[in-house]
Amino acid sequence: MNAMRTPHIAVCLKVVPRPEEVKVNLETRTLDRANARQQFNPPDVNALEFALALREKHVGRVSVLSMGPPFFAEYLKLALAVGADTAYLLSDRAFGGADTLPTSYTLARGIAKLGDCDLVVCGEESSDGATAQVPPGIAEWLGMAQVTYGSDLEILPERWRLKARRELKGGHEVITVPLPAVVSVRVGANEPRFIDFARLTGEPLGVTVWSAADLGVDPAMVGLSGSATVVAGVDRAETVERRRELLTGTPEEKARTLVERIAVYLARGTRPDGAAASSPAAHA
Amino acid sequence: MIPPSYTKAEASGIWVFLEQESGRLEGVALELLGRGRQLANEAETLLSGVLLGSDVEAAAQVALAAGADRVIVAEHPALAVYTTDAYTKVVGEIVVERRPDIFLLGATPNGRDLAGRLAVRLRTGLTADCTGLELEAETGLLLGRVTGFGGGVVAIIKCPEHRPQMATVRPGIFAPPELTAKPWGLIERVPVRLSRHEIRTEVVERALHEGLDLTKAERIVAGGRGTHGDFGPLRELAALIGAEVGATRVAVDEGWIERERQIGQTGYVTRPKLAVVCGVSGAMHFTVGVEAAECVVAINSDEEAPIFEQADYVIVDDLFSVLPSLIKQVRALESG
Ligand SMILES: Cc1cc2nc3c(=O)[nH]c(=O)nc-3n(C[C@H](O)[C@H](O)[C@H](O)COP(=O)(O)OP(=O)(O)OC[C@H]3O[C@@H](n4cnc5c(N)ncnc54)[C@H](O)[C@@H]3O)c2cc1C
Repeated sequence: MNAMRTPHIAVCLKVVPRPEEVKVNLETRTLDRANARQQFNPPDVNALEFALALREKHVGRVSVLSMGPPFFAEYLKLALAVGADTAYLLSDRAFGGADTLPTSYTLARGIAKLGDCDLVVCGEESSDGATAQVPPGIAEWLGMAQVTYGSDLEILPERWRLKARRELKGGHEVITVPLPAVVSVRVGANEPRFIDFARLTGEPLGVTVWSAADLGVDPAMVGLSGSATVVAGVDRAETVERRRELLTGTPEEKARTLVERIAVYLARGTRPDGAAASSPAAHA
Repeated sequence: MIPPSYTKAEASGIWVFLEQESGRLEGVALELLGRGRQLANEAETLLSGVLLGSDVEAAAQVALAAGADRVIVAEHPALAVYTTDAYTKVVGEIVVERRPDIFLLGATPNGRDLAGRLAVRLRTGLTADCTGLELEAETGLLLGRVTGFGGGVVAIIKCPEHRPQMATVRPGIFAPPELTAKPWGLIERVPVRLSRHEIRTEVVERALHEGLDLTKAERIVAGGRGTHGDFGPLRELAALIGAEVGATRVAVDEGWIERERQIGQTGYVTRPKLAVVCGVSGAMHFTVGVEAAECVVAINSDEEAPIFEQADYVIVDDLFSVLPSLIKQVRALESG
């Protein structure tokens, strides 16, 4: 009987500023992202691709879901043009300024409202700060099993489980978990398909917008007021001043000069860790 | 506010999650004990380790030698291998019962898997992937430094009201502490209530590359797209000088080398004495992974390559003509 079951897959998508276009204003200690162009968080595109590939194999449907300001809707339309069946935007002023605790809560409430999700697919982490905690957070709010750093996703229809490869420190494992489950996938874990622009220009692609009231959430649990962490300040990352000594001559001459310069680092089993100050190449 | 599981007033002590694999502590667990010890001294509080596993007595002893005042040990056969459900349940119960003020975990795949879930179960804040930890002077609050946006920006994050103040920290940021021959701390065993039915994950297969840990490498020879897939000369140089081979994400994604060798924001943060970086453009995503190197050598055929900004020694040339000479010269040095 289970073999007939078709999965409803939800994909969490986030729109982020292109990292190279975000500037720090050191006077106000804030980030200037207003002028940065936006893009999908890179691993989220891989998440969507996994969902679409699973739908090809098992039928079912794919819903995309995002929490963010109204302009995210344009991006959700792109996800529809790539092939998602339905799109939902959780958008409300009350959601603004959320750290990962209320973010995972709000997304979990949105997924719960979708009704019958069997699998939630997320990107492993977002490139603009919040790192890797939202997917396990969603899983915990919903009481679902979780797989992080996943790739090679498979649904085992007879057992109604998700099978995935999962990265470990210095290796990997292959695990299965029962559905419903939340999985986060690595950036670059598959080859995302292209946008079907015919879908984009054809029938209007609808994005359903849900507010805090629609989700029935307590305003004190979402957005800034639901956050446990605060940003105490921002800084430009300190960079190490390097010598930047240009070595010249033929390749042989360059190699010879280099060996002279780095001889101290080539001797084996020498000083303890972190003794930078004692090195001749100490950074001025 | 999302109500926390316990209050500030009830919280005390600094805890470190002692991740282990086959009974051996992860490097980052030791690094966190080192930094945790300094913070505990500064705050005049106790440093505890939390160790889960099935036969971890030896690891507990190492943690004591690394400076823990106490190691809380939870042993059970079902804890031998990490699973989200078992670890979240056991760690969560110990935390709620004993109420630490600060709880630090390594930002390894398993450490982050656990931390993300646990933070929600405990209804607290988590500062993820820190590259620095301090205590705020006036309040004693934990300040986590977090790099974002490809490494150019650092945000300083704190968790004022919720407890524990959780943070995950990247491997390789802090130096491991010296181990003392005369540890003073105690091991405290806690009973484990866990049934196999509570663990939803089924582990089908596990493969670990024993011994490879870029974060501990003293020398690294790293390659990028400029190798065009030929890591041969890099491997030869690495073998000669006792280095590990590392790579950019491009090289990994191309399938030229294992993912375990990726350096950078989504790879490993290394702190070698010497990094020889060949055919790598120098994207911020990569350079955050070699920033802590004592000496960086860059070889790139493009004189405009940004990697040269981050290098002590700059060689503008084809890596395939420089590396063979370099290998010859180093050989001559070794035999001479
Ligand atoms: C969210 C996110 C996370 C990322 N995380 C990481 C990460 O952890 N690690 C990482 O490395 N990247 C990461 N990246 C990718 C990163 O932005 C760069 O794309 C990548 O580091 C570039 O790799 P590369 O230097 O090998 O390739 P390229 O940028 O293509 O550079 C190749 C270089 O080789 C030089 N070259 C070519 N031929 C030769 C030759 N014969 N001799 C000498 N030099 C030659 C060229 O001049 C060029 O400078 C991430 C990206 C994103 C979006």
